[in-house]
Amino acid sequence: MQATVFNEKEQETKQIDFTGNSVKELLEYLNINPETVLVVRKGVVITEEESLQEQDCIELLSVISGG
Amino acid sequence: MACSKCEEKTVITLQHGDLCKNHFLNYFEDKVFKTINKFQLIGRKEKLCVATSGGKDSLTVLYLTKKYCEKYGIPADNLFALAVDEGIENYREKTLIDLDKFCKERLIPLKIVSFREELGKTLDKAYPIINKGSNKKPCNICGVWRRYALNKHAKKEGATKVVTGHNLDDEAQAIVMNIFKANTSLAGRLGPISGIQENNLFVQRVKPLYFCGEKEVRLYTFLKGFQVQFTECPYSKEGYRHHIQEMLNNFEHKFKGTKQGIVKSFLAMLPLLQEQEKNKEEKIELCGKCKEASNKDICNACQMKEVLQDA
Repeated sequence: MQATVFNEKEQETKQIDFTGNSVKELLEYLNINPETVLVVRKGVVITEEESLQEQDCIELLSVISGG
Repeated sequence: MACSKCEEKTVITLQHGDLCKNHFLNYFEDKVFKTINKFQLIGRKEKLCVATSGGKDSLTVLYLTKKYCEKYGIPADNLFALAVDEGIENYREKTLIDLDKFCKERLIPLKIVSFREELGKTLDKAYPIINKGSNKKPCNICGVWRRYALNKHAKKEGATKVVTGHNLDDEAQAIVMNIFKANTSLAGRLGPISGIQENNLFVQRVKPLYFCGEKEVRLYTFLKGFQVQFTECPYSKEGYRHHIQEMLNNFEHKFKGTKQGIVKSFLAMLPLLQEQEKNKEEKIELCGKCKEASNKDICNACQMKEVLQDA
């Protein structure tokens, strides 16, 4: 599945191609602990169990304070 | 996936079920207010100084303390925000802009004090000098000076409590850090109310977000639409805490409820730790230099200031 992912912590947007169709699988692919991010699609927070659609635009907001 | 309480879409999965936006917001606010009431963090006649930085935790605690005051009829004049500008380039100035806007929109008085005015140097300039002779990490220096500045200015403004945005993750990390380093006397000072005994020289620090996980706090700020931009302190990765944080997040991911378990177990042991510390009868006096509270002739903040002056 292809998706566009903006990572707030890295301040970087990447096009990715991964195997799977859920938020959980996306985070596993990116090696990101779900405890450390909020996952947002079209301005709405989605949980790990949520299914993704082809070409989804996803934002990963950092949960951990920078201080 | 639907909310456990209604048909709306889930925004978070907690140990006891899935919650939609509205049920999560109610659950979160209710948890904070229950913590304040259960541990008597805020009295009806208190003057409250909310320690703020402009980050997610402090904006949340500031907003909810104000809401709590309104709910329980505590006058608006009894609340103000206090921020400490440590002088960390490309970091603090950004969060202070968000904080200033947040306070103005909600008519909350904001006072900003800085390391440069209080101690003569920014953290960026002081750190290399102090580190040279003592090997102290930036977080050690910052922690001492922040507590010094907050206590001094809270007292100056007549505050009876300093309200902080420490959350469940912060507390779990501090507990584990103190265990790993065998700092039992520091551990005894943790809990929803900081400190072992009341002392007029110290304004008690209280933590309404004590049982709120960091992810819950971030979700709350997102759903409330608070402006919180991600900025990372350039020194944060140098601290011991960063390693503990990573370890606990990995544990939490594998074993849900780990952080809560640490904090709840700790609360059961806290009275014993406090009793042990009380028996040590640590004397709190006035620092010979700044006349602020200290357990030594010269307080830690002034000792570091002396190093800077001698350099």
